[in-house]
Amino acid sequence: MEFWITQTFNGVSYGALLFLLAGGLSIIFGMMRIVNMTHGSYYLLGGYVGLTVIWKTGNFVLAILAGALTIALVGLGEYNAFLRRLGGQELGQVLTTMGFALIFQDLGLVIWGGDPYTIPAPAALSGSYQIGELFFPVYRVFIVAVAAAVAVILWVVLEQTRVGAMIRATVDDAEMARGVGINVPLISMGVFALGAFLAAVGGVVAGGFVGVYPGADFEILPYAFVVVIVGGMGSLKGAVIGSLMVGLLDNFGKAFFPELSYFTLFAPMAAILAIRPTGLFGRA
Amino acid sequence: MGKKMLVWIAGAFVLVAGVGPAAAWAQKGPIKIGFLAPMTGGAAQVGKDMVNGLTMYLDEVGHQIAGRKVEVIVEDTQGKPDVALTKLRKLVESDKVHVLAGGLFAHVGYALAPRVDEYKVPMLYPVMAADDLTQRKPSKWVVRNGWTSSQPSHPFGEWVYKTLGYKKVVVIAMDYAFGWEIVGGFQKSFEEAGGQVIQKLWPPLGTADFAPYLAQIRRDADAVFALMVAASALRFPKQYQDAGLKARLPLIGGGVTMDEFVLPSLGDEAIGTITPLIYSAALDTPVNKRFVKEYRAKFGKVPSYYSETCYTTGRWINEAAKAIGGNVEDNEKFLAALRKVEIPDSPRGPIKLDAYGNPVQNIYIRKVEKKDGELWNTVIHTFPAVSQFWKYKPEEFLKQPVYSRDYPPCKYC
Amino acid sequence: MLPRHRVIGLGIMLLLLLVAPPFLSSFLLTLLTQALIYGILAMSLDLILGYTGLASLGHAAYLGLGAYSVGVLTTRHGANFWVTLAVGLLLAAVVAAVFGLVALRATGVYFLMITLALGMVIWGLAHRWVSMTQGDIGISGVPRPDLGLPWSLAKGIPFYYFSLAGFLLALWVLWVVVRSPFGQSLVGIRESESRMRTLGYHVWLHKYIGFIIAGTVGGFSGVLWGYYNGFVSPADVELATSVEILLMVALGGRATLLGPALGAGVIVLLKNLVSVYTHRWLLILGAVYIGTIVYAPEGIVGAVRQFAKGVKPEPLRSKA
Repeated sequence: MEFWITQTFNGVSYGALLFLLAGGLSIIFGMMRIVNMTHGSYYLLGGYVGLTVIWKTGNFVLAILAGALTIALVGLGEYNAFLRRLGGQELGQVLTTMGFALIFQDLGLVIWGGDPYTIPAPAALSGSYQIGELFFPVYRVFIVAVAAAVAVILWVVLEQTRVGAMIRATVDDAEMARGVGINVPLISMGVFALGAFLAAVGGVVAGGFVGVYPGADFEILPYAFVVVIVGGMGSLKGAVIGSLMVGLLDNFGKAFFPELSYFTLFAPMAAILAIRPTGLFGRA
Repeated sequence: MGKKMLVWIAGAFVLVAGVGPAAAWAQKGPIKIGFLAPMTGGAAQVGKDMVNGLTMYLDEVGHQIAGRKVEVIVEDTQGKPDVALTKLRKLVESDKVHVLAGGLFAHVGYALAPRVDEYKVPMLYPVMAADDLTQRKPSKWVVRNGWTSSQPSHPFGEWVYKTLGYKKVVVIAMDYAFGWEIVGGFQKSFEEAGGQVIQKLWPPLGTADFAPYLAQIRRDADAVFALMVAASALRFPKQYQDAGLKARLPLIGGGVTMDEFVLPSLGDEAIGTITPLIYSAALDTPVNKRFVKEYRAKFGKVPSYYSETCYTTGRWINEAAKAIGGNVEDNEKFLAALRKVEIPDSPRGPIKLDAYGNPVQNIYIRKVEKKDGELWNTVIHTFPAVSQFWKYKPEEFLKQPVYSRDYPPCKYC
Repeated sequence: MLPRHRVIGLGIMLLLLLVAPPFLSSFLLTLLTQALIYGILAMSLDLILGYTGLASLGHAAYLGLGAYSVGVLTTRHGANFWVTLAVGLLLAAVVAAVFGLVALRATGVYFLMITLALGMVIWGLAHRWVSMTQGDIGISGVPRPDLGLPWSLAKGIPFYYFSLAGFLLALWVLWVVVRSPFGQSLVGIRESESRMRTLGYHVWLHKYIGFIIAGTVGGFSGVLWGYYNGFVSPADVELATSVEILLMVALGGRATLLGPALGAGVIVLLKNLVSVYTHRWLLILGAVYIGTIVYAPEGIVGAVRQFAKGVKPEPLRSKA
């Protein structure tokens, strides 16, 4: 029993972490069909900016906001200057965003050096809740809370508001949306910036757990892709369920078949893709 | 001071050695050192630590070795074997270097060794630690002045059983050759002393979340032996503590789990961890204290073992070149001299090579402690002059296969 | 069949490749050898990316399959060149045949993602199947092939000519393929799948065969790569390598065969030569990625064509 509770909690919190990594990618990918190789860089740079802010001010919340807003601006710049013109050209998108990823990787090294850091979380978030023999690290609970909050906010915005309706209309049929007077370029910019924003939130929050270090950008990229692929591109529900599924599968896979640990992530993905090439909840 | 020293040395040299040979060497130009290290990508900072170490030594001697000017050519391996091979070709064929040094990852070491033998240019391996480079697959032209992965583990295993009194240990280590070798050495001597490794967990490289493994750790153990590298070393101790394990099972492990490269980024969760390595920045000797102080003044951080071994590499080349009167063009003689180098007073202590070309050196058992708000690897015990074979006979030892995931087998799991 | 000026241009290029070695420094020669081998790989990707319009993010897998065949067979079984070549090609073909079944169910971004996933599976195997691949430490000590020639291939110049011969062979094979009716139908599929289907072509089978040919030729480059380095490791099959091959094709010019080879040359030189002068070479490489898309969306070949002739290159936009 203990085992199941602990491992389920671990799987869910790992899934929450994955959702923070992949949510932004899923939005950019799903809504705009852009394969964004810069996503990992947004995550890493967000973490670095947050780190600098926390060193200067000691304020964790401010670090998250500053990191996220800075990276949203960076993403906006990248989108406006380059990606906007590459609609529908996946090769152009892959290569352009890869180019940015390399440049950001090197800039990160120049500005922050190559030492590994962790983002010092506030004292309130360290330690563990202990229930009997079970330990629940506070920071993991915090990650779950942040992920849940992000998911709920996104859902409300996308499904319940006028802006959300405009976004959905743009995604479904840009021509039609333009026809009914929706400012399509503005909506697209906003969605891309939102994706970058979320990546950076992930960078700061996850930075307190997995660290901020050079190479993190390309380390998390496959994970984010896996979640998006499994859940299906272009659906918030897919990203949420995909993250949870991958988190739980990976966790229990490592617990039951530790010798297969390299494949617990990619094998389910390959299996799902073989059956449903568009992912579980993807729209073809 | 550098320039003054240079003039001084040059003057002394002309007086002592006479003008003839000096002129001959002057025609030959500087001694060229080709240095390979990752300068971009994830391991760039380690590469920087390495270059810093070498640079610091050469600055100290005014970039003069055996009366000749020294030129270092640093090439970026990007941490990849194929790039390292290409850069090796460049250093040897275009730059015509006299000696090579560097390298970080084991696969780079294995990739380079056969080519180095072909080129017949001596190469020092200050960091790359894969056991077989000086055991079952030695290369004539590779001089390892660093360490073998299992070298610190051998004495540590027995010490853990006898001194700490742990009988049952769980191992959790990165799943690749470096991890297997460090664990293998520990398991061999720990079990020979009477201990039992009761569980081995192998998380893959780059594991972000250790929770599924931590939950499996058997609670009937006396301690946990961990081997983490780079970013994993950063996150493991915290997750270990948050899972409530630190209070129950003391943490011991391989030296790089707590090396000076990650220590400044760790928090109080690291305190108390005991690991063995060939170096500790907290080593209390005058030579090391001066080294640490000056390194910090120069580069703004505590030297890691990467810095120390590359600093000593500079010294190594100097000693060898001096021994053959600076005639590094004679590669056979130079190689022989490099193998004969003995340094009694390096920052990490006395070093000389064994017959297989690996240093015999001190192994330090280190405990993480907090001093003046900083974490240090306080040395709590020193094993003097440990060879890569420790107390075993080399011929006997080499009959066993190289340490791997399944060797030694886990008898008590 | 070809316009005269192109024949002359190609002739000059070939002549340069033939006579250049003795005049080059040995370092440049090794870079040129690398460029030829990567050129084969890029050309093979061009068959599916340029001619068929399928962007694969897992093409490094075939480089790895060829190279690991060489590594395992030479070091463990003392196999000669022809055996390693046969096994390398066969293995690449079989894996491509399996991967093709999965990947070709999708198009556009989905195809990108699936090939990425399949590439990661090969990477995982290279890391994990230690008894076969020796994991992360890789397989070292691969000898250069002995073909019974009077020149030892252990030397730089003979191996260069050996690679050049391999390059020309691959070029010829791919050339025949793209000029054949089969190659023409691949282009037709790229332009409009539905039209080809209406015309009675078996679209999927065409793509599938193209995919297998590309994988096999990719495996061929891997065989040469294994011999060239004398070493194989999981680094050969990384995601970054796959993206780099895409860049080579895009930089050189899609659907031009020689363009991607040229792109391979530029990238190899950039990675190895520029990094000699500055450790900030990644910034330059990044700029090349972006610059290619912004300033030369049809690649070097396309840009040259446009510049020289004022002719618009064929529309190469692949469908989303």
